[in-house]
Amino acid sequence: MLAEALVLSALLFVIGALGVLIRRNAIIVFLCIELQLNAVNLSFVALSRYLGIEGQLFVFFVMTVAAAEAAVGLAIIISVFRHYETVHVESFNSLKW
Amino acid sequence: MAEVLFFVFATMALGGAIGVVLNKSPVGSLLFMVGTLASMAGIFVLLEAHFLAAIQVIVYAGAIMVLFLFVIMLLNLGHDYEADTKKGFGAFVAFGVLGALAGVLSRQFSGAAQNPIYQLFPGPAGVDRLLSEQGIVGAIAIPLFTDYLVAFELVGILLLVALVGAVALAKKSP
Repeated sequence: MLAEALVLSALLFVIGALGVLIRRNAIIVFLCIELQLNAVNLSFVALSRYLGIEGQLFVFFVMTVAAAEAAVGLAIIISVFRHYETVHVESFNSLKW
Repeated sequence: MAEVLFFVFATMALGGAIGVVLNKSPVGSLLFMVGTLASMAGIFVLLEAHFLAAIQVIVYAGAIMVLFLFVIMLLNLGHDYEADTKKGFGAFVAFGVLGALAGVLSRQFSGAAQNPIYQLFPGPAGVDRLLSEQGIVGAIAIPLFTDYLVAFELVGILLLVALVGAVALAKKSP
């Protein structure tokens, strides 16, 4: 089951990366980044079955960092939406307002 | 049985992930993501990580996805049904490069279990023994509060900083 889980993790990561590249809605881009983090979590868990329990600890830390990242990122999206009235990433093209 | 369940969950996870990328409505994407996370929790159970499966459902599918849903509802993007995928050359290049990457990674990983380096580590039997001796939560908690205590405290500080930062960023500027 190790090989299958690692292949699934690679496929999920690639689908997440594709979503980051081709979607324009900033919230969906964010969701795809979460998908990538989850794919990495899956490979951590699969390998922890063979290499010892520490892999599961790192999944713990990754989940915490993902929660912090989601909170801050969504706050940034709200603050940008107040200014531009849209969340499409292609409209955010000025360095200063 | 476990193999069959694994493939059921893997298919659900992949289908959900494709749904996240291709769905037009943000709320639909979010629901597909919840499905993906739930089926990944199922895979965690099959890999003997029961505690992480519970955390995955409670924290990820519960808390973080609800946070996303709050923001979508707050910004009133729920009926934003126009397709927003990028078309043209760039999307094809992205698809090709990432497909090649997936192929290479899958080829590398599919022989992983035969690699001799795994003989050096406890292996599934060792991990199972640890889990039955210390319990599912204890096996994670004991190293978390001894060997990785500094990292644990730092993660706590990170969460505090993220909380303050999120409030400061989302607050209306005077």
